[in-house]
Amino acid sequence: MLTETMINEIINGTIATLYMTIFSTLFSYLFAFPLGIALVITRKDGLYPLLGVNKVLDAIVNLGRSIPFIILIVVVIPITKLIAGKSYGPTATIVPLVIAAVPFIARLIESSLLEVDNGVIEAAQSMGASIPTIILKVLIPEAKTSLIVGATIATGTIISYSAMAGAVGGGGLGDIAIRYGYIRYQTEVMMVTVILLVIIVQILQIIGMKIATKTDKRIRN
Amino acid sequence: MLAIEPLIQLIDLGKEYISQGATIVALNDINLEIFSGDIFGIIGMSGAGKSTLVRCINFLEKPTTGTVVLDGNDLSLLSEKEIRKLRQNIGMIFQQFNLLMQRNVEDNICFPLEIAGVKADERKKRSQELLEIVGLSDKAKSYPSQLSGGQKQRVAIARALSTNPKILLCDEATSALDPTTTSSILSLLKEINKKLGITIVIITHEMSVVERICDKVAIIDNGELAEQGSVENVFSNPKTDAARKLVYHNNNAVMEMKGKRCIRIVFDGKSSFEPVIANMILECRTQVNILFADTKDIKGKAFGQMVLQLPEDSIQADKIINYLKNNKMIVEELIDYVN
Repeated sequence: MLTETMINEIINGTIATLYMTIFSTLFSYLFAFPLGIALVITRKDGLYPLLGVNKVLDAIVNLGRSIPFIILIVVVIPITKLIAGKSYGPTATIVPLVIAAVPFIARLIESSLLEVDNGVIEAAQSMGASIPTIILKVLIPEAKTSLIVGATIATGTIISYSAMAGAVGGGGLGDIAIRYGYIRYQTEVMMVTVILLVIIVQILQIIGMKIATKTDKRIRN
Repeated sequence: MLAIEPLIQLIDLGKEYISQGATIVALNDINLEIFSGDIFGIIGMSGAGKSTLVRCINFLEKPTTGTVVLDGNDLSLLSEKEIRKLRQNIGMIFQQFNLLMQRNVEDNICFPLEIAGVKADERKKRSQELLEIVGLSDKAKSYPSQLSGGQKQRVAIARALSTNPKILLCDEATSALDPTTTSSILSLLKEINKKLGITIVIITHEMSVVERICDKVAIIDNGELAEQGSVENVFSNPKTDAARKLVYHNNNAVMEMKGKRCIRIVFDGKSSFEPVIANMILECRTQVNILFADTKDIKGKAFGQMVLQLPEDSIQADKIINYLKNNKMIVEELIDYVN
């Protein structure tokens, strides 16, 4: 059975996981949103075609997405130390999580925005809308449902990345699962942490889909 | 007569695209003048360049040569910002309606006003007026997905009118609608033209749309302006191949008749009230073969054409032609029509 210290450890781990996930997601979106928009509008058929810029951004995003996360954590340790002051623990883990998630989320945002009907954009242009107006009042609101679904996927991915960071002292539930469950053969600890991660992802998924469906006005009712 | 400045002037307009290294000429040397209050039809087969043409009018597509002058403003001399400002005075509606799906009807209609910087309470007031004009006052809070195609187009029309534009551009606005709905949308456009004095430019591939509401028509074929004039003139006496193709639709049956003389008779609204063909047959005591007939009612007057195959006897044939000419019909011998 789990000891009281173990239970406390797991509770703290859950809090650390939620902390890492929430802040990583928020910071990632802060960078990924402008990047996703830039990827869309600088395309050849975009609102502000800049082929050179588009190619560079595209290459950066692909590069970021192709580096395995566990390697990335180690590679960016100097940056992590610079920003967080140390290279281990939940706060420090946010740095590599954001670096890994930004290209991925930028792609999700890009594909959501590309779903918006070109005709609607053209209609806005015919009314004399400027590019910022089209982005803020047409692209983002019309892609809202898809963006929310994307955010759900992104958050789920960040949770699993944060668990992976446990392998190098990242803290949170993943850390506990590796230290106690894997290294010390405490199978029940591993089971509990895995179940907790599954529950967190599940709740997130349900909430995300609910919001997406509820706010989608394209569905007849 | 006073010389009136045209509201829309297309001058030597040309548009080329570069696609995979090859230059495609979408429009070539188009010159058109559209006057205030007109309902002007631009008709052509698909791919003729009419959609590009209408997008040049508000500079959604920038012409490669020539220019557009709107109400005295040469668009090619204006900055991006000035063009955006000018577009606020040109409404546009589309085949696929292009409404914002995540906004309700009222907010869709308010959108151009938001862009123009009109205050929220004024926007709301204006949207209610417009909903009344298009007959959808009860749908203000509905979302586009809850509306039928005709209702969506009505919302799009209300939206296009919200900034009190001088010009309304319609790009295949009825092509996605059934005949009954098309008819009601065309009536609405006509009403708007009459009541509000808005100049309407209608792009279509459907003859019936032009016949129903346009005063003037231009035929676009292969990126070039084939013919233009009043609807009555162009449709009753098409001069170019492109115009004939559109006016006669499909005439494969005629093509099979070889080596015979054929004539085309034009009904121009005056003589359609008497049974011309029946009288002619009785008078000339000879047979004719009707190869093609298409008569219709355009704005209260009857118009149409008929292609007749004449008897082989040239005296009889000439007699028929003379009879028709004496009866003030427009008769044209179609030597190249069948071979």
